[in-house]
Amino acid sequence: MEEFFQQLTNGLAVGGIYALIALGYTMVYGVLKLINFAHGDLFALGAYLGLTLLTSLGLNSRVGPLAGLALLVVFVTGLVALAGALLERAAYRPLRQSPRLSAVVSALGASIFIQNTIMLIYGSKIHVYPKGILPAVAVNIFGLQVPLVRILVFVVSLLLMAALFAFIQKTRLGTAIRAVAIDQDAARLMGINVDQVIMIVFLIGPGLGGVAGLLVGLYYGQVNFTMGWIYGLKAFTAAILGGIGNIPGAMLGGLILGVIEALGAAYVSVAWKDAIAFLVLIVILIARPKGLLGERVADKI
Amino acid sequence: MILKVEDLRVKYGQVEVLHGINLTIREGEIVAILGANGAGKSTTLMAISGLVKPSAGRIFLDDFPLHEAPAHEIVNRGVAQVPEGRRVFGTLTVAENLRLGAFSNRNQEQVEQIEARIYELFPVLKQRRDQLAGTLSGGEQQMLAIGRALMAGPKILLLDEPSLGLAPILVKTIFRTIQHINESGMTIVLVEQNARAALKLAHRGYVFEVGRVVLENSAEKLLADPNVQNAYLGGVA
Repeated sequence: MEEFFQQLTNGLAVGGIYALIALGYTMVYGVLKLINFAHGDLFALGAYLGLTLLTSLGLNSRVGPLAGLALLVVFVTGLVALAGALLERAAYRPLRQSPRLSAVVSALGASIFIQNTIMLIYGSKIHVYPKGILPAVAVNIFGLQVPLVRILVFVVSLLLMAALFAFIQKTRLGTAIRAVAIDQDAARLMGINVDQVIMIVFLIGPGLGGVAGLLVGLYYGQVNFTMGWIYGLKAFTAAILGGIGNIPGAMLGGLILGVIEALGAAYVSVAWKDAIAFLVLIVILIARPKGLLGERVADKI
Repeated sequence: MILKVEDLRVKYGQVEVLHGINLTIREGEIVAILGANGAGKSTTLMAISGLVKPSAGRIFLDDFPLHEAPAHEIVNRGVAQVPEGRRVFGTLTVAENLRLGAFSNRNQEQVEQIEARIYELFPVLKQRRDQLAGTLSGGEQQMLAIGRALMAGPKILLLDEPSLGLAPILVKTIFRTIQHINESGMTIVLVEQNARAALKLAHRGYVFEVGRVVLENSAEKLLADPNVQNAYLGGVA
């Protein structure tokens, strides 16, 4: 039973990371009906920026562990958000009126561009996050010894998801984002600047993805320049699982995928970890093609 | 207030669909735009709202050149549109739809006042305020679409086929509401297939044929015009 709960907490932590990345896919899909293939690489950029802030700039040793961590999250979010906005401006906006396929090709190109930029700057070796950023202690939760970093990863991702959910559901701008996702022209008739809303989505999605990269660095202690590919694919799976375009769906999909993967690795085989994750996706899509939370209400015509 | 459309031309790709439209809408009027499918009525409204860009011609609200402004700014200048097919945000609640209508208005108190007036005008919307707009009936959605456009506090309201797909009894209700809104001082441009009902309501009318204005007159004269009767009113009533 101990093993089960250890794997469950591990799965929730990893699932939180998947969920954060999945939100970027689903939000961009929501407003542009485009899969941002470069999103996984923005996530990797977040992991590497975190590395630079911790090593070269020594952020953590200057201001202490807790403040250092908070600053780290803020900086990485901000920088990757900025990169996301630049990406939208350079790779997607010029193609807004073009056939969908042109934007897809542009997204693939942007993915390769970002990945190779990371490789050119940092090299192709695996990089290791500095040790001792977080004390390597375990916290006792109902008799279960859970590593502190695991709790932190889960809590940070949960807090960010809650903040995003509140923003989308409760604020004027959040409502505008939902409106643009439903009908861009109708949104324009409300006086909404659709270009601006799309830009904001490209700040939020990559910002969250960047933090996810940082969390992976902290959790596993190492990063490599191709990590965007596999995490991107998993998070994309999570977004589809929850229903692409649906924000709570991405959160749910990420957590479910993380847990299934962790339990699969523990009880079936580590080698089959990815296969189990994708098998679950296939089964759910056969049963519910729109994903778990896709299309709650059909619009009347 | 005066809305002027001068020699408006619009192209979809290589094909010109509006061949020089001229309209003048004066304050307090209801102006009907009549014509068959594909005559360019909706395109004209979309050009006024900035959703399609004119290939030539100019559109002025008083002295302000609407044809140079992006769509969201045109709304803020006082031109609101109820689009064809209503286009309510189906997965948002009725209240959220209405609030979006006043998106650019940062004055919370004022927005609440306008919202209260909309609920007075359409009590059914108040009952359904927390319901998703997609679950409303067609008539209720039309009321929501009109209410949402009024939330912007416009100077002029463009209505595109408000009677489309509604039961006759509801059409009557909607037209009565339009008259009521006009009597409170709102200028209205009404695009309609239902020509007779539109002309009974309107002060003046324009008749469109394949991208051109072919007739322009007071509503009574258009109702009495044998050509209009034959083409749009199903013969003499």
